[in-house]
Amino acid sequence: MNKKIICHNASLGYEDGIVTEDLDFTINSGDYLCILGENGSGKSTLIKALLGLKKPVSGEIIWDGFTSREIGYLPQQTPVQRDFPASVREIVLSGCLARCGLRPFYNKADKKLAENNMKQLHIEDLAGKCYRELSGGQQQRVLLARALCATSEMLLLDEPVTGLDPKAQSDLYELISGLNKKGITIIMVSHDIGASLKYASHILHIAKKQLFYGTTADYINSQTGRNFIETEDGFYV
Amino acid sequence: MFEKLQYYFSFPLVGYALTVALLVSLCASLLGVTLVLKRFSFIGDGLSHVAFGAMAVATVTGLSNQMIIILPITVISAVLILRTSRNTRIRGDASTAMISVGALATGYMLINLFSKSANVAGDVCSTLFGSTSILTLDRKEVLLCTGLSVIVLLVFVLFYNKIFAVTFDENFSKATGINADLYNLIIAVITAMIIVLAMSLVGSLLISALIIFPSITAMRVFRSFRSVIVCSAIISVVCAGSGFIVSLLCETPVGATIVTADIVVFFIFSAVAGIKK
Ligand SMILES: Nc1ncnc2c1ncn2[C@@H]1O[C@H](COP(=O)(O)OP(=O)(O)O)[C@@H](O)[C@H]1O
Ligand SMILES: [Mg+2]
Repeated sequence: MNKKIICHNASLGYEDGIVTEDLDFTINSGDYLCILGENGSGKSTLIKALLGLKKPVSGEIIWDGFTSREIGYLPQQTPVQRDFPASVREIVLSGCLARCGLRPFYNKADKKLAENNMKQLHIEDLAGKCYRELSGGQQQRVLLARALCATSEMLLLDEPVTGLDPKAQSDLYELISGLNKKGITIIMVSHDIGASLKYASHILHIAKKQLFYGTTADYINSQTGRNFIETEDGFYV
Repeated sequence: MFEKLQYYFSFPLVGYALTVALLVSLCASLLGVTLVLKRFSFIGDGLSHVAFGAMAVATVTGLSNQMIIILPITVISAVLILRTSRNTRIRGDASTAMISVGALATGYMLINLFSKSANVAGDVCSTLFGSTSILTLDRKEVLLCTGLSVIVLLVFVLFYNKIFAVTFDENFSKATGINADLYNLIIAVITAMIIVLAMSLVGSLLISALIIFPSITAMRVFRSFRSVIVCSAIISVVCAGSGFIVSLLCETPVGATIVTADIVVFFIFSAVAGIKK
């Protein structure tokens, strides 16, 4: 059966009002979706709604086939994390917790999984290091390794490349693209229109409401897409 | 000096008191790390004032076992404070301050109005700062304290990994299917238990010190969650033990002496961290 997330006429907001509305799209297993939009257009809010952390004000978001045990999430960084005493290993391992269920401690398989994901992201040498003393790129890779421990199905990434230097950015994009080719569904918020068009299979463009949803090829030819690409030109060649 | 100590420890009461002091400090320091990192230390402070109010109510009712009243009131308040602090509409810190100062004022008034004791000021002072009252614990109270501490320790060890995850990144935990609200509730409830336990040791005004100082001190030097927890536990136990002995020798108040020891260690660690840089 094909797994899906269906967003049906959803509007999202907080106590002080609606942030974005008319969201209507379906994400299929295996897709690589990029969410585009200006700052404050509600991209992070949408990610939280997709994760079930926030209920839509109206409409619905349906998980068809996916369960939360199969989700990995790379949050936009919050200030609390920045001064937290935690080693890389501790953080990556914590991605295995959902697999543990009622078991209070990690077992061999969990530790192996964490090891493998650290190797895959080339941070195995950092395992004993303190998270807050790492560079921005290293921190993102630690959080990505944690997310990978939590999922083999779907990754939600909120501005994963912010604060990275260009080389680290393109490395991260290649890596995520590789994961997608292995069958992991990717949902990513990004400011980088060039990379989005290069890697994504689908684009969702939101502002006060949904401006575009469809395949990347259709986006390039759409009015919304052309306007956005023009204003951001220089990124896209 | 040793003779003096030997003389003191020949009374079983002193041994009991030391046991309680060590256990309570240990529990407080373990949870302190989480509370400080979650920016929840104000909850500990608020709760200690609630516990004071509850103690006043218990005194007025004249019950012999005051725990029956103090523990539930404090636990319920912990849950309520946690709820309001997540509510974005009411400012969490302001509402916590309201609850805590309200409990303090009401408690003090109740004691003044209804207390049959001749020395109201002395009673109030010892509930606020802890007194030598820890030396008047009887066997039953010690057993109760030990039991509660062991429960707190067990819960902490069993849920250690989950507490770490929920403290480090609550949204990630929730998104991946961990019941973060449940663990927050557990944290609030055991915080309340620790505060009630610690009230007889250091008094309600100084409880926050037992919770905050060892963890902040450990964070000065250590860089991983586990090492911070272990170090803060060791600091706390060492300070409680040495503070207790000093207070016997110099006849100073137990609670204040232990907290002073914590403060001294804090400055030592800060200096070490400064030199390392
Ligand atoms: N917790 C919150 N409470 C109230 N308003 C919020 C909250 N988080 C975000 N907002 C508001 O929602 C809007 C969208 O925010 P966000 O989803 O973070 O945007 P983006 O990620 O696209 O930059 C902003 O106007 C922001 O002020
Ligand atoms: Mg955002």
